[in-house]
Amino acid sequence: MTLWGLMLVCGAITFAIRYSFIAAAGHFEPPDWFVRLLPFVPVAALTALVTPELLLIDGAVALGIDNSRLWAGLVAIVVAALWRNTVLTIGLGFAAFYLLRGV
Amino acid sequence: MNGQAGFMLGLRAVLPLLLGVAPFGVIYGVVALQSGIPALAAMAMSSIVFAGSAQFLLAQLVGVGAPMLLSAGAVGLINLRHALYSASVAPMLVRLPRRWKLLLAYLLTDEAYAAAIPHLLADREQASSTAHWILLGSGFGLWTGWQLATLAGVVLGAQLPAGLGLDFALPLTFIAIVVPMITRRALLAAAFAAGTAAVLLAALPYKLGLFIAALVGLAVGALGSREAA
Repeated sequence: MTLWGLMLVCGAITFAIRYSFIAAAGHFEPPDWFVRLLPFVPVAALTALVTPELLLIDGAVALGIDNSRLWAGLVAIVVAALWRNTVLTIGLGFAAFYLLRGV
Repeated sequence: MNGQAGFMLGLRAVLPLLLGVAPFGVIYGVVALQSGIPALAAMAMSSIVFAGSAQFLLAQLVGVGAPMLLSAGAVGLINLRHALYSASVAPMLVRLPRRWKLLLAYLLTDEAYAAAIPHLLADREQASSTAHWILLGSGFGLWTGWQLATLAGVVLGAQLPAGLGLDFALPLTFIAIVVPMITRRALLAAAFAAGTAAVLLAALPYKLGLFIAALVGLAVGALGSREAA
């Protein structure tokens, strides 16, 4: 029973965080500095998700050729910058990843 | 664009992310059972909490018998970054009825937000109003994929082949989404700052490093665009 209670509390907390600004919008005028931050949310938040995945192995920065995620990720960045195509980026990124780590 | 087209756009956009999410869902199912969580509760957590990294953490905390207050606090901290997504989409949803806001908030995850955001920004420039349908499509696709993956983990357990590296689909898809969005210098500065901070702060508990790194990126971006203006 406590497990279900804990899950419901955690679900409520998670939902409250996701609902916070959606619920507040329209009820108050956000300050200027806050509005100026918003265009940077996608790029800042999603890049923060990516770089540790590419650069860290077991918590340590790994720049060697054996870090196949890093080099495959750089391939994907170049492909994405040149062709702006999601499927191509993921496809060539995975191809580079499997080639580098010897499948 | 009508509602159905928006929904399909969001759904299609989230599909490549499912490739990376599925192994996580399977592993979560296995970890939950190993932590002594009954199969039914493990499945229910995927719809009640519906947050990948938080569910992993919660399963582990339940496994070691951590105090309830600490567990709930940890889940709150690990999901803090979702407040940024909430702030980001809020202006697009402001005129919707409350039932839409509740539903889209429930579905607002890293992956669903990432899949939808390039289309939401394009949609806003066209002054159309299908943002909610696009978010519903990506949210629904991710939710369904997550439930199925969890189910596979709970039912099939560790029999599934590991080590294929399919989780690499997540950073690759985020790269495919983010790189084309970097269209001016302030955005590049924001990405560089957030990316660097995320690596430096990776050792912080509860993924707080991700949240702080994103804030650093926002500040650098906003300061950079003010200087350019």
